[in-house]
Amino acid sequence: MARPAARWAARWLASSALMLFLVTAATFVLASMAPGDAAKAILSSQSGSYTQQQYLQLRDELGLDQPLTAQYWHWLDGLLHGTLGTDLFSGQPVTAELNARLAPTLSIILGTIVVAGLAGVGLGIVSALRGGVAGRAVDAISLLGLAIPNFWLALVLIELLAVRVELFPATGYTPLGADPEGWLRGIALPVITLSAGGVAFVAKQTRDSMAEVMSREFVVMLRARGLSGRSVVLRHALRNAAIPVVTVLGLLLVSLLGGAVLIEDIFAIPGLGQLAVTAAGSHDLPVIEGVAFYFTVIVVLASLLVDLSYWLLNPRVRGS
Amino acid sequence: MTPATSLVAATAREPGVLEVRDLTVRYHRGIRKPPFTALHEVSLAVGPAETVALVGESGSGKSTLGNAILGLVPAASGTIAFRGEDITCARPRRRRALTADIQAVFQDPYGSLNPVRTVGQTLAEPLLAHERREVRGAERTARVRAALEQVGLSADDAARYPGQFSGGQRQRIAIARALVPSPRLIICDEPLSALDLSVQAQILNLLRDLQGDLGVSYLFITHDLAVVPHIAHRVAVLYRGRVVETGPARQLCSAPRHPYTQALVAAAPMPDPVQQRARRRAYRAYQAADEARAPAAALSDPP
Amino acid sequence: MTAGRGRALPGRALPGRALPGRALRQMASRPLAVASAAWLVLVVVAAAGASSLAPYGPQATDLAHVMSGPTAAHWLGTDRLGRDVLSRLMFGGQVTLLGVAEALVVFAGLGITLGLAAGFAGGWTDRLIARFGDLVLALPGIIVLLMVLAVYPGSELAAMIALGAISCPVLLRVVRGATLAIRGELYITAARLSGLTGPRIVWRHVLPRLAGPVIVQLSLFAATALLAQSALSFLGLSTPEAQGPSGGNMVGEASTVVSQDPWLLVPSGGALALTVMAFGLLGDAVRDVTAGRHLAPPVRVRPVRAPSKPMPGRPKGRAPGTAPAGGSMLSVRGLTIAFGDLVVVRDVGFDLSPGEALGIVGESGCGKSVTVRSLLGLLPGGGRVTAGSALFAGRDLAAASERDFRRVRGSMIGLVSQEPASGLDPSFRIGSQLAEVIRRHAPLSRGQARARAAELLAQVNLPPGTLARYPHELSGGMAQRVSIALALAPGPRLLIADEPTTALDVTVQAEILGLLRDLREQTGMAMILVTHDWGVLADLCDRAIVMYAGQVVEEAAVGDIYASPRHPYTEGLLAANPHRTPAGGVLPAIPGTVPPPSAWPAGCGFRPRCQYATDACAGGPVPMTAAGPGRLVRCIHADTLVARR
Repeated sequence: MARPAARWAARWLASSALMLFLVTAATFVLASMAPGDAAKAILSSQSGSYTQQQYLQLRDELGLDQPLTAQYWHWLDGLLHGTLGTDLFSGQPVTAELNARLAPTLSIILGTIVVAGLAGVGLGIVSALRGGVAGRAVDAISLLGLAIPNFWLALVLIELLAVRVELFPATGYTPLGADPEGWLRGIALPVITLSAGGVAFVAKQTRDSMAEVMSREFVVMLRARGLSGRSVVLRHALRNAAIPVVTVLGLLLVSLLGGAVLIEDIFAIPGLGQLAVTAAGSHDLPVIEGVAFYFTVIVVLASLLVDLSYWLLNPRVRGS
Repeated sequence: MTPATSLVAATAREPGVLEVRDLTVRYHRGIRKPPFTALHEVSLAVGPAETVALVGESGSGKSTLGNAILGLVPAASGTIAFRGEDITCARPRRRRALTADIQAVFQDPYGSLNPVRTVGQTLAEPLLAHERREVRGAERTARVRAALEQVGLSADDAARYPGQFSGGQRQRIAIARALVPSPRLIICDEPLSALDLSVQAQILNLLRDLQGDLGVSYLFITHDLAVVPHIAHRVAVLYRGRVVETGPARQLCSAPRHPYTQALVAAAPMPDPVQQRARRRAYRAYQAADEARAPAAALSDPP
Repeated sequence: MTAGRGRALPGRALPGRALPGRALRQMASRPLAVASAAWLVLVVVAAAGASSLAPYGPQATDLAHVMSGPTAAHWLGTDRLGRDVLSRLMFGGQVTLLGVAEALVVFAGLGITLGLAAGFAGGWTDRLIARFGDLVLALPGIIVLLMVLAVYPGSELAAMIALGAISCPVLLRVVRGATLAIRGELYITAARLSGLTGPRIVWRHVLPRLAGPVIVQLSLFAATALLAQSALSFLGLSTPEAQGPSGGNMVGEASTVVSQDPWLLVPSGGALALTVMAFGLLGDAVRDVTAGRHLAPPVRVRPVRAPSKPMPGRPKGRAPGTAPAGGSMLSVRGLTIAFGDLVVVRDVGFDLSPGEALGIVGESGCGKSVTVRSLLGLLPGGGRVTAGSALFAGRDLAAASERDFRRVRGSMIGLVSQEPASGLDPSFRIGSQLAEVIRRHAPLSRGQARARAAELLAQVNLPPGTLARYPHELSGGMAQRVSIALALAPGPRLLIADEPTTALDVTVQAEILGLLRDLREQTGMAMILVTHDWGVLADLCDRAIVMYAGQVVEEAAVGDIYASPRHPYTEGLLAANPHRTPAGGVLPAIPGTVPPPSAWPAGCGFRPRCQYATDACAGGPVPMTAAGPGRLVRCIHADTLVARR
């Protein structure tokens, strides 16, 4: 029993390490291809002009004149010792900066997954079972949710629910520990915005999956044995329809990382996405690497959860 | 003499159309599991204008044998000879040329025809592949029409799509496609199993008549022993990849000698209630004796 | 009976025209698809011809009319610099659509090539490409886009190429999956055996089938790319304002003045949303149309004709309204079932006595399965009983509500179906499925239910270890025994077995038949066995009804039917049965094919294939008439035929 599990764990570790390596290395390469570098950006922001000597000196201080592989190796070495380097601009340790911004981004992303997951699955089940008008309505809503650009929706929601009617704050973020109600209000609009597309995505997949399962022979046989409609749907059909839905939720999480960037910009939320944009613009290499690393870790953990649920849901996977 | 060698010896005088000797086929199931032996040293021979039936249940390897002869699966050892030529390891080009001589009809009349191509286009395919100078457009059309008429359909059907035909008609189309290149040997892999009873007899008769008219040989793969005496001259029974009995069709079906063949014959229900009652009692007695003899080696329900 | 190869009779092929044209026609009949296509054409034309078609230049200001709503001069209003919104949208459309096109080209090129390569090469190439695709798909794409934009600041081309590249695994997966599926199709094997070379097979057979799924994915990605492109330009990362308007930065501008002029948000956002929707709807339409492409074209359905006056003849048995035979457990009269307008079962009647085994025998499409499933209210979608009655335990099952059915299902009537393993829920162990059914029908505790489950397994000759297994771990015979145990669990008085052994090997079949017989002896259950196998019928049943073209054509005790069939169809089937004809001569065959429900002949359904048919047979519906004690036939010539034989 332990052997296949150990093998599987080893395979997972290997592919996760590979992904982390690829992402961070590719980020490194791309960042170094970008015109300009941190030294130039720092000097430009401090005083309008600078001498070549100052520039070269700063480059040497920051270690930017070393070959790429050495820089990357240096970064990896730091990683294995638990540090991600220091922000080239602020001098702060990168880990501290990133951790400070982790909570807002995670709040929004996880909040969206929960809302989109519950609402999407519910809508999907209803439209799979009812069909007819309810099904058509869900289709229409899904289409709208997928088609409306989320930045546009954010602006509309801000105008309607934060400016005209001051129900929610237009910008900013309140930590959960400090003020739970404020936290909830702060993430409400961002979560609603991102959920619009997410719900549609999940509902569509749930409906397709449920419709397919309900047409299978074993569902007819369950009814033939006298089981109630509710038990057939909720206990049996849902369980068998779950795998594609879980897959979709995993994909949603990955796409939300991109959505976070957009939403944090509009709602002025101090999260990882916002940091990613500014760091990319200013060539702050350690911070960029750090954000890439954190994002990839989130993706890796999400796919781990997805794989675990496959294992739980599908006995055939377990047996092999 | 083992069943296999006796069969081969009997045909040693005639130039066989097909001769399979000690054929072994293995499937690999990944790095960790040992390979699965689908066929173990199977030997078989088919003469000109002759039908040899290959009988077995699921997992017996009968379809694998057909696929090996057609070159769809590789042989691990043994030989397959067609008209004296060893084709076991034939190269792709030789295989393609061989399709003019060895053809196949499959069990599934719905899957074996591409639904988005007309019957005429599908039937013309074997002629496209062997584009010898003589077979041009007009002659191709003529041969396609001739094949359709040979199987009891009309020449106009060439313009229609498979979806417009019933299962029995599609099977006729599949047979027509097999006939188009004028083959010597047709592998029939359960051609009747997916058809209605009233149509099975039609197709069976069609196959017999074609053999009489064209002199083509059949390897007739089936799980239904009842059909065998009506179409086959000789029969080989497969069980878990091995030939357990061979012999003339009528004789083997009425008086089987191997216990497995006997079980097959006894298990098939007879469409006659009075007879069936008697057979049932006999089968029950046989089963009890079989279990007493070797309780672990039950012949039914393979894993 | 006419022997011989049975010339296929004319007039049975269904009409239809060329398929690709039909796909387009089907699309044309869907209003949403047409509207989407029209909108997209409009957008492309407006954007491409912006320089000539737009009323104003993109930067032409009209400071007199700043932030006006829609007016005659400015159909969509003006922005804060007095620039015409409609014109800016049209020019912006160029940028946006160009970006989408760039991403699409990369997406399609990479996705299709890699997908085909993976699907055809197989082995290591396939695994490598698939793994690589999964990896790319899991990348946080935003990082890649940000970095690419850092390398090429403001370059939409670079961003779109990157977007196409990191999204291509989606198309890769679809193409690879479709290629693998198509390669596994039997007609591909047949094409290989016809001697076609690999590339030729790809060209003739594989690529045409790929077109549908690929188009669907392309349109879905176009929608995604549009949203991504506008988001990037909204953030100011690509297409900076200086380069000109685009959907995204127009929304951005609108947001800065949203309190003064909220209208500005509408045209920009609306145009984007409508275009995205159009792409999505088009993709859905293509998917729906190509999914059903290889089914037979829908057949013109004849309306059900009202039954004309029945032919004069013997007193009718089993007609609607006839009193049920005394003491029968199930009495069916005049049962008629239709799917929409299509009648598939007409005027079916029979009686079942307690403890009796009745066989319903016929070929595919005769309606036997539909008949028995209607008794449990389990007709597939769209099917309903339109006439007749089925009296059972004081209820009329033909007119029962879902609640009535729930009381009957399982506890009074059990069902065993043809598919052994797929009749079981693949996600639950056997023990848990058994316990669930047991506890549904009896108030037992978990432990008691488990004990009962073990008992049931013993009854069907399965070891108790089976309780812990999953359905996919069982052989066909074992799975069918489990199905039988599940049907027996609530202790029904009637068991309906719908082709229970068709999917099993003959030796396994013999065991299951023996099991069914033993169970009947033990419990005294009645049984309705649906089958197409006359041997199974002879083995298990006491009485039989023969169905053809949705009707019962003969009913008799099993011994009588085999010894002296009265209906020409029954006679023909028995004669064509290889078991019953000595080998050597030609097998007597019934000419022609079974008609589908849409093409049933008027009058006697069997007439076109019957060697005894006369003109009178086409006159009108034929009633069931008595043909001896306990025998019924639906044939006007039944008596004369008896004399002839």
